[in-house]
Amino acid sequence: MGKTFSYYPGCTSHSTAIEYIEASLAVIAALGIELKELPDWCCCGAASAHNLSSSLALGLSAFNVGEAHKKGSDMVIPCAGCYGNLAQADYVLRHDPKERRRLEKQLDFKYDEKIRMLSLVDLLALPELRPAIKALVRKPLQGLNVVCYYGCAIVRPAAITGVDNAENPLRIDSLMADLGAEVSDWSCKVDCCGGDLGLTDAEKTTELVNKIVDYAVAAEADCLVTSCALCQANVDIRQQRLPILYFTELMAEALQIGDRQRWWKKHFNDPSKLF
Amino acid sequence: MEKKLGVFICWCGSNIASSVDVDKAVAEAKKLDGVVHAENYMYMCSDPGQQKVKDTISEKGLDGVVVACCSPRMHENTFRKAAGSVGLNSYLLEIANIREQCSWVHQNNKPLATAKAVSIIEGTLDKVKENLPLETITIDLTKRVCVVGGGIAGIMSALDLANAGYEVAIIEKEPAIGGHMAQISQTFPFFQNVPQLLQKKIEEVNANPRIKLYLNSEVDVLEGYVGNFNVTIRTQPAFVDPAKCTACGKCLEVCPVSVADEFNRGLSRRGAIFRYNQTEAARIPVLMQSDCLYFSAAEVADATSCRACADICPEQAIDLDSIRTLNDEFVGAIVMATGYDLYSPLKMPEYGAGQLPDVIDALAFERLLDPSGPTGGQVVRPSDGRVPKHVVFIQCVGSRDPERHKAYCSRACCMYTAKQARLYRQQVKDGTAYISYMDIRSDSRGFEEFVQQGMEQENLVYIRGRVAKVIAEGDYLRVFTADTLSSRQMEIEADLVVLAMAMEPKAGTRELAKKMNVTIDGDAFLSETHIKLYPVESSTKGVYLAGCGQSPKDITDTVSQALATAGKIQLMFSNETLIADPLIAEVKSDVCSGCGICIEICPYGARLMNNFTRISDVNQAVCQGCGACIAACPNKACELINSTSRQFIRMIGDFAGKAEAV
Repeated sequence: MGKTFSYYPGCTSHSTAIEYIEASLAVIAALGIELKELPDWCCCGAASAHNLSSSLALGLSAFNVGEAHKKGSDMVIPCAGCYGNLAQADYVLRHDPKERRRLEKQLDFKYDEKIRMLSLVDLLALPELRPAIKALVRKPLQGLNVVCYYGCAIVRPAAITGVDNAENPLRIDSLMADLGAEVSDWSCKVDCCGGDLGLTDAEKTTELVNKIVDYAVAAEADCLVTSCALCQANVDIRQQRLPILYFTELMAEALQIGDRQRWWKKHFNDPSKLF
Repeated sequence: MEKKLGVFICWCGSNIASSVDVDKAVAEAKKLDGVVHAENYMYMCSDPGQQKVKDTISEKGLDGVVVACCSPRMHENTFRKAAGSVGLNSYLLEIANIREQCSWVHQNNKPLATAKAVSIIEGTLDKVKENLPLETITIDLTKRVCVVGGGIAGIMSALDLANAGYEVAIIEKEPAIGGHMAQISQTFPFFQNVPQLLQKKIEEVNANPRIKLYLNSEVDVLEGYVGNFNVTIRTQPAFVDPAKCTACGKCLEVCPVSVADEFNRGLSRRGAIFRYNQTEAARIPVLMQSDCLYFSAAEVADATSCRACADICPEQAIDLDSIRTLNDEFVGAIVMATGYDLYSPLKMPEYGAGQLPDVIDALAFERLLDPSGPTGGQVVRPSDGRVPKHVVFIQCVGSRDPERHKAYCSRACCMYTAKQARLYRQQVKDGTAYISYMDIRSDSRGFEEFVQQGMEQENLVYIRGRVAKVIAEGDYLRVFTADTLSSRQMEIEADLVVLAMAMEPKAGTRELAKKMNVTIDGDAFLSETHIKLYPVESSTKGVYLAGCGQSPKDITDTVSQALATAGKIQLMFSNETLIADPLIAEVKSDVCSGCGICIEICPYGARLMNNFTRISDVNQAVCQGCGACIAACPNKACELINSTSRQFIRMIGDFAGKAEAV
């Protein structure tokens, strides 16, 4: 579509979610969208900053939002956690004039109401991209039964994320259907994967993950599709029943682009047998 | 000629006299332009105090009086009456408020408080100098009432008004009166039979010659003002002639249409011609034009029209070519008893309503409990007719959720859920009733005891926590929730789930409120004038409120409010005419350019364009003297009588201590 967006990679793009970022960048390039990485991005605060200091959490994310405003275009944030933090800061800047004035002064930028923070789902599910995506499909995902798992960060709180439906989001579902996959309705789209408990309470996380996988298996899914690196890691590491794929990996597979064989090796549950 | 002015300063015991030097104030007042008399007295509002005012007016021939005392809200009327009794036009007396606006707020600085009191008196004197003598406005009063909505609120206010001797027209959108109460099985806290209670009141309505019913009807246009409303009523065609129909039911059998029955909340099906409900009042079938093949065929060329019901009727009581009618009712007052809808369960997809047949809303559960309902009063599952052994009642569905749904509490749900769960347990002895709640709000007489009895005697299982989701698993429902008192996640296998949906204003309230010129709140509930002191008066004079259109209520509160409304209207009707204050807007006809800005800005609809003179008139009966048009007029063509811009500028000058000639 020939549009340019600012791009906030976040730390997992260089580490645990490298396959997600490679797949996402390949799909975005195939669609003719240009991403310009913010030259001076910093940590979004992750899960730690807001536990230490709310002003630190807001300040870090607002800094990154401010950098995007300096560039003057909408910003794409593939990591669900980063997106959640930046969207939260954007919400404060948009709705709290006092905080906006303070942060504009402190971070030296001018807030522009037209500029939006977009998750990767926000971008790739844009209605105007739909025909282009369908046209690029070279190998439809026929016979592949998927369930779409949205987790929390790109969904909640609904007022901040502006999600289509906080209890039953549908945008990844319709993307997968456009690729030719069989999309099953199921009951755990927005359930908790354990989040950071993956590091501190393995038992609880395993319990939560097993429940999600139980329902996915009951829906006869061949794989579970997500857009969050933490969800992917938590669910992939703790079970041997289902491959857990990023939605852009499946898009790349349908478009037959990117170094997919290398990405599959990054998964604990090997997805290569699906294709 | 300059007016002879008198100033009467009240001590108000020590309320004023302790912080204002009342002798000094008299001395200063005597120096002011036009003042021929000034005095002070301990209680000017007492009989001897009033007598002083009256005597002085007569003896010195005063033609302007300022009483410096408490707020005009307290005693303006008292002193104006006193002045009027000795022949001074009441509107030539003004109150200078030196208590609330001076002595009470400046208790530690007597010299300054005294100076301020004097300047308030001076400003008020300047106003009195230019006050005109006025007469009150008399408005004709039509002692008839129009009640919009025939639920229990409308029924009860109509009955009281009719029994007091006034003619009442009830406008009801549905084919029968009774409203949502007709769907309910039993009351709380005494398990009384609702159909019987309601039937008695419906019979009283039908038997009362002063009450006229407009069924299948809505307000088309409202014109006029308090005492003189003209309500145009649009009535949908009555295809079945009640004079001919014998209620034999043959038409019901032949109708080929089958749609979900709204009255039974979709638990049964009906034809396009059907009985609206099982009450005696609804024995004559009604035909729903939007469902009928005769009418849908009319839109398709060459289609064969279905006339099955009309053809089979042995009495020829069905005329498919009936047309809708318009009627006018001329009334003095209007009751808005427009009622509520339940918030759509379809907005809660996580609970599966609309997809899972065994997830139903609370009114549907009432239909299951009603002996004349679709299951003969047996609580069974809509999907397979099996008696549910585990029922989960979820409270606050859509309520108290400001981010996604309604911020407010729907008020009746805690109690009706307890009632429904108890009735279920009384019917299904080996069943379990779970109630998911946030808080239990049982704040009226007998309510707390009712809930406690449910817990102790009927073993209702109350679980504090909000349900996350409901899914189907095999032939039961799995309810995911949490017990927040023990901090545990819970899953319940249920046969039936009942949602206590939020109450919201009846669909169309927003549009109707606009028509009736009644303000609404952010949720489209009709707003009262004052939540404490004027609870049944709407923003438009002569339009009153009753029932759930104003806020969610149970039957008890709805009836109380309906009777209060009827009482207020009877109070208005106890006079032969209406009296209005003449302190309203007037138009300088030589300055007004007829731009119409005032017409748009007037919150009461009191400004109208005169088609002959092309200037904007003031409807004296409707104008409340708020001043919005005065501020808005670009030409300064409007003024408030006795509160003109000129008077106000002089007063401000006096208060600010730098009076300038205007």
